[in-house]
Amino acid sequence: MSVDLSQFHQIFFEESFEGLDVMESELLEMDLDDVNEETVNTIFRAAHSIKGGAGTFGFMPISEFTHVVETLLDEIRSGQRTMQANFIDLFLQSVDCLRGMLSDMQGGNEPEAERPAQLRKEFEVILNMAAAPIEDEDPSTAGDGQGWLIKMSPHRDLLLTGNEPFRMFRELRDIVGDDCLEVTSYCDDIPDFSSLTPEECFLKWDLKVTKTVPLEDIKAVFEWVEDECDLEYLSLDNTSDTEPSDADNHIEEASSAASTESVAEVEPTSVEATEIKATEVKAEKSAKPVKKQAESSSIRVSIDKVDSLINMVGELVITQSMLGELGSNFDLGRLAKLQEGLSQLEQNTRELQESVMKIRMMPISFAFSRFPRLVRDLGNQLDKKVNLVTLGEQTELDKTVMEKISDPLVHLVRNSMDHGLETTPDRIAAGKKEEGTITLNAYHQGGNIVIEVADDGAGLNEEKILRKAVEKKLVPEKNNLSPEEIHQLVFLPGFSTADAVSDISGRGVGMDVVRKNIQALNGTIEVRSQRHKGSTFIIRLPLTLAILDGQLVQVCNETYIFPLVSIVESIQISRSSLNRVTAGQYVMQLRDEYIPIVCLDQVFGLREADDSSENLMLVVVEGDTEKIGIVVDDLLGQQQVVIKSLEQNYKKVSGISGATILGDGTVALIIDISSIDKKLVPVKNNSHRPERAA
Amino acid sequence: MVSILAVDDSASMRQMVSFTLKGAGYDVKEASDGVEALEIAKGNTFDLVLTDVNMPNMNGIELVKNLRQEEGYKFIPMLMLTTESAGDMKMQGKQAGATGWIVKPFNPDQLLSTIKRVLG
Amino acid sequence: MAEVAAESLVVEGHLADEQQYLTFIMSGEEYGVDILAVQEIRGWEAPTLIPNSPPFIRGVINLRGTIVPIMDLRLRFGLTEADYTATTVVIILKFDSDKGERVLGIVVDAVSDVYTIADTEARKPPELTEDENSDFIKGLVNVSEKMVILLDVEQLLDLHLQVLSEQVITD
Repeated sequence: MSVDLSQFHQIFFEESFEGLDVMESELLEMDLDDVNEETVNTIFRAAHSIKGGAGTFGFMPISEFTHVVETLLDEIRSGQRTMQANFIDLFLQSVDCLRGMLSDMQGGNEPEAERPAQLRKEFEVILNMAAAPIEDEDPSTAGDGQGWLIKMSPHRDLLLTGNEPFRMFRELRDIVGDDCLEVTSYCDDIPDFSSLTPEECFLKWDLKVTKTVPLEDIKAVFEWVEDECDLEYLSLDNTSDTEPSDADNHIEEASSAASTESVAEVEPTSVEATEIKATEVKAEKSAKPVKKQAESSSIRVSIDKVDSLINMVGELVITQSMLGELGSNFDLGRLAKLQEGLSQLEQNTRELQESVMKIRMMPISFAFSRFPRLVRDLGNQLDKKVNLVTLGEQTELDKTVMEKISDPLVHLVRNSMDHGLETTPDRIAAGKKEEGTITLNAYHQGGNIVIEVADDGAGLNEEKILRKAVEKKLVPEKNNLSPEEIHQLVFLPGFSTADAVSDISGRGVGMDVVRKNIQALNGTIEVRSQRHKGSTFIIRLPLTLAILDGQLVQVCNETYIFPLVSIVESIQISRSSLNRVTAGQYVMQLRDEYIPIVCLDQVFGLREADDSSENLMLVVVEGDTEKIGIVVDDLLGQQQVVIKSLEQNYKKVSGISGATILGDGTVALIIDISSIDKKLVPVKNNSHRPERAA
Repeated sequence: MVSILAVDDSASMRQMVSFTLKGAGYDVKEASDGVEALEIAKGNTFDLVLTDVNMPNMNGIELVKNLRQEEGYKFIPMLMLTTESAGDMKMQGKQAGATGWIVKPFNPDQLLSTIKRVLG
Repeated sequence: MAEVAAESLVVEGHLADEQQYLTFIMSGEEYGVDILAVQEIRGWEAPTLIPNSPPFIRGVINLRGTIVPIMDLRLRFGLTEADYTATTVVIILKFDSDKGERVLGIVVDAVSDVYTIADTEARKPPELTEDENSDFIKGLVNVSEKMVILLDVEQLLDLHLQVLSEQVITD
């Protein structure tokens, strides 16, 4: 039977890349003063799997290189050596090297040979094996005689290892042929019936092979039971061969010799060609720090999520058949049943939708995972001591968003390390801790996910930024920008951060590119900074690009949708409880606070002011900065809606984030709380407000 | 149908083994570590267990040791898939009750012939 | 519709330079658009209003899952507002822009016919500089003693955007 191994290559590459990621992160986390045994084991296992897979699938250079890595790891694991800083460096370099080799081979190219060879030398120096000795397969020339007598005396517990003596006899017969094997049993040791147990082996055998066969082939048959039996191999031409069995195994040769006939006997039943389990439908991890690849079009999904989907589809099928039966045999008396079925269908659909959306969600740790290495390497390069803190790693984010946010994050972290954090002498002079801290934090806020990149460095230098901005004619010479407004100037195109913020030379790309990338995701970025304390870049992104829990409301016979996450509460109010502050501006006292009020009908130009009824519904929402109350005519139901783009064929509409299609096929618009909020709250300076991508 | 439990934490190896065995007409169930394998083994019967040695949660040696305690697995052949060329792992495996081993790297034909040999 | 056109039209010319036009009626005048830009023709249905949009943007509809804006071309052209009657139709136009395919529905009084017209037959419209609407008039052509005003779908789109962006500025 021939199996095309290339069909497993892709999955081998993917799991190997993942294994390397694991090795890398474990290595980076390793504390030399307190080496955790399980950590070393995990690293070892990853290397071990890569080596095994590479060997099996024929990627010999990878298998050979990983072998030395594994050997050193094994010595550490078994306590023969202790982990050292230079080992970690060497292992990390090996991880990089293997990534390169795997990428090369995945692309169908020969992997580069120089780097692995160099690293291998370093390993060999450590391992004290100047040249890897090739296992000498000494071809056993023994066994020229007329045949063999094998005296086999099993230990009693032989059967408990699953080894069946007759299996071996059969195998031996297959090798030497029917006529050339004589078996003699010795039953001397069989005890009384009362003490006879079927689990123990009481028999002994002599096996006489009357044919010239290499001893090696015979030994291979008994290879697995060498320690469970007393075995003697006697040459039949009386030159007794009692050579103690060597531990080396040659099962491959032996088994392939025996294979030819055996295969034919196996009943060739249906070949299940491609049963690929869902766990193995993998995507390249977004944070994979290999050479840049196209965004992956596949996604790796945990089996739990798939199982729950399957369950739901099962329920859906039941509901469908129930409704089908009802439909084909319907009378009004069964109306209640129909309604019940429909509500069940609604629930099934919603659950299914939720589960499908969850498939797209991944913890942000995928994006964060590349940073320990980046910070470590960049820290060495810049000669800065940096402690990386990551928080909220389990915060889930849409896969597409995750892939696109990765590069901007890298840029921000680099920027913070390069420009944000002071040099070590400067930090000491400023009375700060020698070691700087970069904090990555992710959390949910309203319908957004917020990602922060913070440093405890020098903070933005407002004078320098302003001088630069005026120089570049980005702002007029006479202005009275507040410090906060000045900070946001770093996002303007043409503003080179390199010499303005700090004197350390920087990398080319500006913050405007970062901002553009984030805006492309419908997100925003701002910076908060305090001199000598540090800076924090705050990215706000929509949680998912596609779906929303919505509250349907009615205003002047139009249906609008509020994102449920931003609603604090909904209350009925009377018109008289609104207090007019200025024309068209109202506030209302809600318990112990005053909240600004927006009348949706006025904001949207749906009707003239004040001609609606006395009783109103107030939807209190949490905006970007504060609570606001939005007046609508009525509350309708809640439902999940799929967000459709309004901009694709039209344009961005102020106060509207998108559209959706309701159950009756009509379109309803989705309210954008933050832009309604902005309409209301006077903004001093709009220049740094990101324009939403059209 | 002869049923085999294939245990490996490496998805590519597991798929390769499973695909090869299924192609030869065996019924195959897969597990990705010892804990999962033990779970599956308890609810099923198998004619053969094939297990990797180095796995998270529960390694192959522990798995064999545990399985041998299970009713119905006393005499079942259990083969270890091992890359160890040193005898140490094999010894540990044998002591735990493994029937034998298959040395990685192996190709599908080698795998099949060994299994054929064990199952007779 | 295309088959009907092929039979009913007797216009000579080089095939390569011929184009088929779908014509429609607004306030008694006949207008034509490149038939390749026509995705489909629908009856009038009330769309969903878009807040603070110009009057000629009637709103958006759901076209098999895509949100499509509906522009009343009669209002856009400053024609006296016609009623929405049984013959009122929406012509769904699609065109490739640098942002991908864009779809727009235009409201007209009624659909008229399909003509095959050679490029050479179309005459330039007289310069009507004061009227911005003349920008998207591609040409005038006589078909069976009637004048048909050929519209440039791309310009229609450009104008569409242009007006919208003006709207943003005045917003």
